[in-house]
Amino acid sequence: MQLIKDFVNGIWNENPIFRIVIGICSALAVTTSANNGIAMGMALTFVLTCSSILISLLRNIIPSKVRIPCYVIVIATFTTVVDLFMKGYFPALYNVMGIFIPLIVVNCIVLARAEAFASKVGPLRATADALGMGLGYTWAITLISIIREIMGTGSVFGYKILGAGFTPWVIAILPPGAFIVMGILVGLMNLITRKTANSADGR
Amino acid sequence: MAKELFFIIVGSIFVNNFVFSRFLGNCPFLGVSNKTETAIGMGIATTFVLTMTGVAAYLIQNYVLVPFGLEDFLQIVAFILVIASLVQLVEMIVLKVSPTLYNAFGIFLPLITTNCIVMAVALLIPLNNYNLVESIALGFGAGVGFTLALALMSGIREELEFADVPDALKGPAIVFITAGLLSMIFLGFTGLVPLA
Repeated sequence: MQLIKDFVNGIWNENPIFRIVIGICSALAVTTSANNGIAMGMALTFVLTCSSILISLLRNIIPSKVRIPCYVIVIATFTTVVDLFMKGYFPALYNVMGIFIPLIVVNCIVLARAEAFASKVGPLRATADALGMGLGYTWAITLISIIREIMGTGSVFGYKILGAGFTPWVIAILPPGAFIVMGILVGLMNLITRKTANSADGR
Repeated sequence: MAKELFFIIVGSIFVNNFVFSRFLGNCPFLGVSNKTETAIGMGIATTFVLTMTGVAAYLIQNYVLVPFGLEDFLQIVAFILVIASLVQLVEMIVLKVSPTLYNAFGIFLPLITTNCIVMAVALLIPLNNYNLVESIALGFGAGVGFTLALALMSGIREELEFADVPDALKGPAIVFITAGLLSMIFLGFTGLVPLA
């Protein structure tokens, strides 16, 4: 039961992108197309899950004074794994993402979960939390990238869905579009959360 | 030489501003842009760390990683450790020089470690084959660009306090939209310097 609670927490209540608003650099930068969004989400989920498990297993061994450097090294190791893997097997995707794959190492989500959660609980709960957070991150940036891809190019996952009469809003795939789409989505999430909270009170 | 340096600095401050067009350093950008005073302090601290990072990353890459053939799989680990120690140093200096500033920074000073700009500058140096002076210029330019973005944003946010913002957009949402508009302004600098 506790495991399910930990898992669901990251998907909605404490969604890293929309609710806590951390780790947004990569969420804004790579979300020019839906493919990139999913790939980035998977890469981050992998690093987050592996490092959460390892940190949770080592939590009684790592001295608390040097814990941050230890966490950073664990995270950097798994980031290197992802970096080399993507470079080797998906060179095209790797070129599009540029430096944002190695930058997973400084993604606040990973360090925040290590410090706030994985270092305090056992590996099972840490895994559930990491997977939930990773999934929350993935759906959030996929949503952003789908919206930006539709508005900017009229297609989703590379398939044209809007007819020839559609004039692409190039601004949506340029940097300003990322900020504005993100702002509107965060606003919508606030609205939805408040609506559901109000109806719960009404009952 | 002077021309290239000028391009790197102007490029990283305006054309490819690290916050508005490369989307780096957004966490501290949202976190400390409430008050102009804190924002500028944070910007200066980050600029200092960034300039030092430029030097450190260049030296580590060319005198440690490449000669020993480690640049593929130890680069990320080596850079993050160097950055973490640099930040620790700055933290100690700020605590000694100005405890008021130290209290104002609060949690954000240690967070410079996870500021993506710092890591990005370190990674961009070997990627672009910059020499030592160019590396320093990139670090400094990135820092000034970040400070500029923070200062602009904090000025607007101080005014936003009194504006009538729709309830749902209060907090980060309106900051993102404002950042989008600022980013649109920075698009106007496109073409100011030839792309590297």
